[in-house]
Amino acid sequence: MSSITAPAREFKVIGTRPIRHDGEDKVTGRAVYGADVQLPGMLQGKVLRSPHAHARIISIDTRRAEALEGVKAVVTAADLPDPGDRTANLGELGEVPLKYLCRNVLASGKTLYHGHAVAAVAATTPQIAEEALKLIEVEYEVLPPVMDVLRAMRGEPALLHDDLFMDEMGEKSSKPGNVASHQRYQKGDLSKGFAAADHTLEREYRCATVHQGYIEPHAATAMWNADGQVTLWCTTQGPFSMRGAVHQILGIPLSRLRVIPTEIGGGFGGKIPTYGEPVAALLSRKSRRPVKVVMNRAEVFMGTGPTSGSYVKLKMGVSKEGRITAAEATLIYEAGAFPGSIVAVGGICMFAPYNIENTTIDMYDVVVNKPKTAAYRAPGAPNSEFATECLIDEFCEILRMDPLEFRLKNAAKEGDVQSHGVPHAKIGYIETLQAAQRSEHYQSKLTGPNRGRGVASGYWINAGLTSSATARVNGDGTVTLSEGSVDIGGTRTSIAMQLAEALGISAQDVIPSVADTDSIGYTEVTGGSRVTFATGWAAYEAAQSIKRQMREHAAEVWKVSPDKVTYQDALLRVEGDGSRQITFKELARGLYEKGVDVGARATVTPKGVGGAYATHIADVEVDPETGKVTILRYTAVQDAGRAIHPSYVEGQMQGGVVQGVGWALNEEYVYNDAGQMLNASFLDYRMPTSLDLPMIETIIVEVPNPGHPYGVRGVGEVPIVPPQAAVANAIYRAVGVRLRDLPMSPPRVAKALEAKK
Amino acid sequence: MAVVHIPALLLPLTEGNPEPTVNGKTVEELIDQLEIRYPGVKQRLVDGDRLRAGLSVFVDGSVRRDGLKCEVSPQSDVHFIPAIAGGY
Repeated sequence: MSSITAPAREFKVIGTRPIRHDGEDKVTGRAVYGADVQLPGMLQGKVLRSPHAHARIISIDTRRAEALEGVKAVVTAADLPDPGDRTANLGELGEVPLKYLCRNVLASGKTLYHGHAVAAVAATTPQIAEEALKLIEVEYEVLPPVMDVLRAMRGEPALLHDDLFMDEMGEKSSKPGNVASHQRYQKGDLSKGFAAADHTLEREYRCATVHQGYIEPHAATAMWNADGQVTLWCTTQGPFSMRGAVHQILGIPLSRLRVIPTEIGGGFGGKIPTYGEPVAALLSRKSRRPVKVVMNRAEVFMGTGPTSGSYVKLKMGVSKEGRITAAEATLIYEAGAFPGSIVAVGGICMFAPYNIENTTIDMYDVVVNKPKTAAYRAPGAPNSEFATECLIDEFCEILRMDPLEFRLKNAAKEGDVQSHGVPHAKIGYIETLQAAQRSEHYQSKLTGPNRGRGVASGYWINAGLTSSATARVNGDGTVTLSEGSVDIGGTRTSIAMQLAEALGISAQDVIPSVADTDSIGYTEVTGGSRVTFATGWAAYEAAQSIKRQMREHAAEVWKVSPDKVTYQDALLRVEGDGSRQITFKELARGLYEKGVDVGARATVTPKGVGGAYATHIADVEVDPETGKVTILRYTAVQDAGRAIHPSYVEGQMQGGVVQGVGWALNEEYVYNDAGQMLNASFLDYRMPTSLDLPMIETIIVEVPNPGHPYGVRGVGEVPIVPPQAAVANAIYRAVGVRLRDLPMSPPRVAKALEAKK
Repeated sequence: MAVVHIPALLLPLTEGNPEPTVNGKTVEELIDQLEIRYPGVKQRLVDGDRLRAGLSVFVDGSVRRDGLKCEVSPQSDVHFIPAIAGGY
């Protein structure tokens, strides 16, 4: 099913497949997730949400709700401190106007999307809280909803914010509008590039608004003590970023806030933002009791950030030899109700697989009456790269070139300058193309009516950022490892394996756990496919310190200089003296008995991030009557740098493909004319299940990242990038219709087939 | 001298020069030197004593969190790129 294209093994732990440390807790139900938190005297919080996509709040009357027996507190935006014109520093997420953060948590002045939180109640039971919500009287003036980015850019049919002026690198527009920002990447000479082209095509592509679809809903429990100390248990990808956001929203000192991350049932970027956490804290302060706020599925869809729907226009020129000579793109991304889409990343990634001399990309961040967008697995990249990969397929057809050969001819490599001007570090794109070419799947023949094979590639930038880890040697020779990164995809084990490799002990002899904000150094979010890279590096550094300490202790016993003591494979020896040696475990026991503590901590911000590439092959069959697309076979090829735990890498590749196929074929937010979401449930929001897909085949390519001690590249995000175009290209080869709007759902495919007739 | 890659939207301010070379030991000093040569550039890149919100600086291919205070060498390549945000 899977294979690895790799250099000769040189590790003892890395590259093996140990059982995950948290596996038993997860499969037996012992693991504590956000909604599992229980505290004495805890109240249940519920949130009242706007029935309107766009409305002015005339008044909110909470008196009847407050009078209901069992209700202990009701809060609205009036309970939040005035954010003024201050900005909120969200660490790696940059700086944003604090008012937007506050207004997204609880609406003030206007509601800006169907499901926008307006008020919240804490009561002794969830049923009483639900009843109380019905007693809150909100008077609205309904306004026209702004649902389409192109119309929104023209200010139609309304403006969301009277004080939003388009920013163009520090220069503001003179009139307010729905465009929050315009940015541009420009390289080379576009007119010269198009003049050199023998073939030029221009196309438009659209992606629907889609949700991450994590299984575990958001859940937050807050306890605001009388002394002003606030403790927050929540399901989050970043306890430190959550602490920072809540501290700024509530105006409480950072030192008074402790965030304890629970286990997390999926996030994919969607559990970075702040939603119910400050609300639970406000309710706790008012009621003087702990309060838990848990969303239901409809609230997750309507009240939390999906990723941007988008419009992309792409023009590309290609020589008759198959070289891309120029590319010009306009990216318009939905930000949702408040500014801040990931359009700039879409621009960075759009042409990153290719070495194109002349490019210009204009990027617009546009507000619409939908939930504020959040990150979603390679945020921004699928939208833009869908366009690139589909248009390339059209050129392949014109030139009668094999699509992998075309990509090889144009493939980016180390030193090539990207569209935003930064040169590539060492990358492994070419190796993924070559592995795809050699694959049994690509070599096989696909036969039968209405069947087709498509390929597409993808790039994701990956992130480094700051991570912390601490390690402590136990008396039995095991090592306890605490890490600041929430474990979403098995990173406890992938980090423990790097510590184990560095110390020469087994992965099972490392006992990893995720720490809270009072117990570990600053660590940025689990996102950007950065945890195995950066937190793994922190563990590696901690291991170096432990090795140094162990050598020093052994030297003291042997009365030699520490530099005379060697450490290899968990065995310490006096250099050149075979009679004096001791194992890591023996020394650990001896030190424990003497009361000597051996431990280390490390905080790192590594620079050597390695971007990730993937190339996918999809075989599909299209039902010409219904338009239903069936995935017959799918292979994902990806450069992992170094696969620390190959099973987890394969799992990430398969998971990314499944989400990408869902995005390609079915998923979308469906709205009525009033801007109300019509499919806020897993019954109606159609995500693929195991019954919809074949086993996803994987080929791991290893082009080690020279910027990491073990060559790691992030692997979690890039596999969601190629599927949309791979499937679209396969559909074309199956039935001869080019679909440029996602999702390529049965009605849309059927309509295209009908039009072709 | 360090090479500063001018963002496309600021090219009108540098008379179309996309890669001016300037002296300086930090990003801040580079911008100050640019401002002398191309008045108006600093105001587009800097807000008070820090990089403008929504902007990040890449030095020699790596994003740098220390912003204006980031040290550079005479061989450095400096890019100003929209910050990779969107998760809040």
